[in-house]
Amino acid sequence: MSTTADAISQMRAEQSWMQRNKMIVTPLLFLLPGVLFFAVYVVIPIFQSFQISLYRWDGLGEATYIGLGNYQELLTDRNFEISLWNNVKWLVLYLLAIPAGLFIALFLNQTVVGIRLYKSLFFFPFVLSQVVVGLVFSWFYLPREGLLNNIITAFGFESVNILGDPTLATYGIIAAGLWPQTAYCMILYLTGLNAVDPEQVEAGRLDGAKGWKMLWYVILPQLKPATFIAFVVTIIGALRSFDLISIMTNGGPFGSTRVLSFYMFERALSEFGFRMGYGSAIAVVLFFIMLFFIAYFLYSMWRDEQEARR
Amino acid sequence: MRSIFKTSAAALAAATMLSGAAQADLEGTLTIISDMSNPGPRAVMEGLAADFDALHPNLTVDLTIVDREAWKTQIRNALSAEPPDVVNWYAANRMAPYVNSGLFMDISDWWDAGDYAGLESVRGAMTMNDAQWGVPYTYYQWGVYYREDIFNELGLSEPTTWEEELANCQVIVDSGRACYTIGTRFLWTAGGWFDYLNMRTNGFDFHMELARGEVPWTDDRVRQTFANWRQLIDMGAFIEDHQNYSWQEALPFMVNGQATAYLMGNFAVDQLRNAGLTDDQLDFYQFPAITEGLDMGEDAPTDTFHVASGAQNVEAARAFLQFVTSADVQSRINGPDGLGQLPVNANASVADDEFIQQGFEMLSQNATGGIAQFFDRDWPAEMASIGMEGLQEFMVFPDNLDDILDRLESARQRIY
Repeated sequence: MSTTADAISQMRAEQSWMQRNKMIVTPLLFLLPGVLFFAVYVVIPIFQSFQISLYRWDGLGEATYIGLGNYQELLTDRNFEISLWNNVKWLVLYLLAIPAGLFIALFLNQTVVGIRLYKSLFFFPFVLSQVVVGLVFSWFYLPREGLLNNIITAFGFESVNILGDPTLATYGIIAAGLWPQTAYCMILYLTGLNAVDPEQVEAGRLDGAKGWKMLWYVILPQLKPATFIAFVVTIIGALRSFDLISIMTNGGPFGSTRVLSFYMFERALSEFGFRMGYGSAIAVVLFFIMLFFIAYFLYSMWRDEQEARR
Repeated sequence: MRSIFKTSAAALAAATMLSGAAQADLEGTLTIISDMSNPGPRAVMEGLAADFDALHPNLTVDLTIVDREAWKTQIRNALSAEPPDVVNWYAANRMAPYVNSGLFMDISDWWDAGDYAGLESVRGAMTMNDAQWGVPYTYYQWGVYYREDIFNELGLSEPTTWEEELANCQVIVDSGRACYTIGTRFLWTAGGWFDYLNMRTNGFDFHMELARGEVPWTDDRVRQTFANWRQLIDMGAFIEDHQNYSWQEALPFMVNGQATAYLMGNFAVDQLRNAGLTDDQLDFYQFPAITEGLDMGEDAPTDTFHVASGAQNVEAARAFLQFVTSADVQSRINGPDGLGQLPVNANASVADDEFIQQGFEMLSQNATGGIAQFFDRDWPAEMASIGMEGLQEFMVFPDNLDDILDRLESARQRIY
């Protein structure tokens, strides 16, 4: 008896530490590069932003600790308030891309000659760079020469200067952003529609469902994963709405189209900015807004997984 | 630590060689980062580097040209990590962040040693905390560039007083044109208008007090400036929807004759000529007087060279600065084939160009009030950006003035 036990322990001793622990060490090693980069480029900077937001610092000289001073200033900063409201407008109105994308996807989900071509044409705006989209729309909106105003005046209305009017400019930019975002949602729904179970549709039809009822009770529940992804990318897209603003209005007129990310950039990194602490404080606020959504996404994914396991 | 030691050692070496710096055989590499990225200035800068390289056989000049707008944000990184020897920047308050954080080298000794003969008049613009931090290489006048042919057609002459200006403008507006084109999308153009209106209404000294934050924005004198501005706005002097245009996008209004004049820096001339306007159609006048008896102050932004405090080849940098500001080189680089602007060296010759000559005359004879840099260079950066945003808003919604001034005032109290 004792000889076999001895033999095993001897074998164990002969195995190196590496061999004994390889079930733990191997995955850790594989994870290491990713974890390292994620920590250096994402996690640590987040905490650094928290820290910097407590200082007054121009990015070069000495940083002075001012506690929550930057946040106090944010509370009375009207530009911050405007940016925050604009973010809300973006979040709400950008979601229009989801029903619009669904509508186009349903419309294109048929077998006609050349449907692939039509689909790709509808998808085209998403392939364009945001910068190009911004430029095209700012020409479209031009006060006199623009196409939009030519159409409006042809019908006898007064011409409008959308991007020059502080009350309209943000909506003008969101409309520009919706163009590619709708295309994105459309492609998500198109792939989703491919996975719709024809038997369920058949069964629904036998039970007398058609039109809206068919869509609402049979098709849409099956598109739930696509809707979820469309929701996620649209929310994230709305929070990242930086390039369009920068191209189309540069935050103007008089700061009425800024959103938090743009305001943060302006305060911390632009030509007249370099208030790193203040910029970080804005970044922290933006981070918590994002965290709210991300937590929700993670929670609903986790819940779905739980349900799938049951 | 190493670089600090190296720098001080190099500075010591430079100091011992003193006046002989330019003649001494320079060695090693001189790294220059320049923001002269527009085609004309770029050629000038490349020429400068090549000439300096040829002058000193043992020295290699390593020139990097960065986009002018991008440089405004990149300079921080460039100066703090592996700094080059020489960089481009701007005079006055724009130097403050780099002077205060010790990234520009104090070159007062070189000024005192007489490196820059003929530059005495511009020394003030390079002075901060009682020391000099660089040298200028070019400057240019601001003023009203106008369509001479349209003025002739309407029987107008260059205005010299505010009454004449308003009368002129009324005639222009009645003829279906706007008096002034302007594109305020990037805000600074509105700063130019404020500079001039305020300097003419309240004088240069008051303007500078406001820039230094010594006067509240809600002061009645500031309100008077805006009241004068409003006279023009209310009569429709400016083109509509100017908040949508950049300064270049506002040029066609003048080229097409929809607007007759442009308050701009001399760099606009090149663009107007390229757009097809001849010198017969274009002319220039000094911004008219508003309050009688005030000495005229002018905007004349100055572009500069600085030595980084972490420079490796201080000796060569010193020689280069001296080279750039010497009378010969100044005449050449600011000439019509070069930048087409004003030389900073009093001994240099001024190019034979209608506008440069007029600008030179104006600045040397009729700018007794003083020379300002520009709104975004004289005011601290943060105040400038908030201020210019307010100015743009005022030009679109003049009724918001009280609100704008209150906002600027609270910003002033916080920033200074």
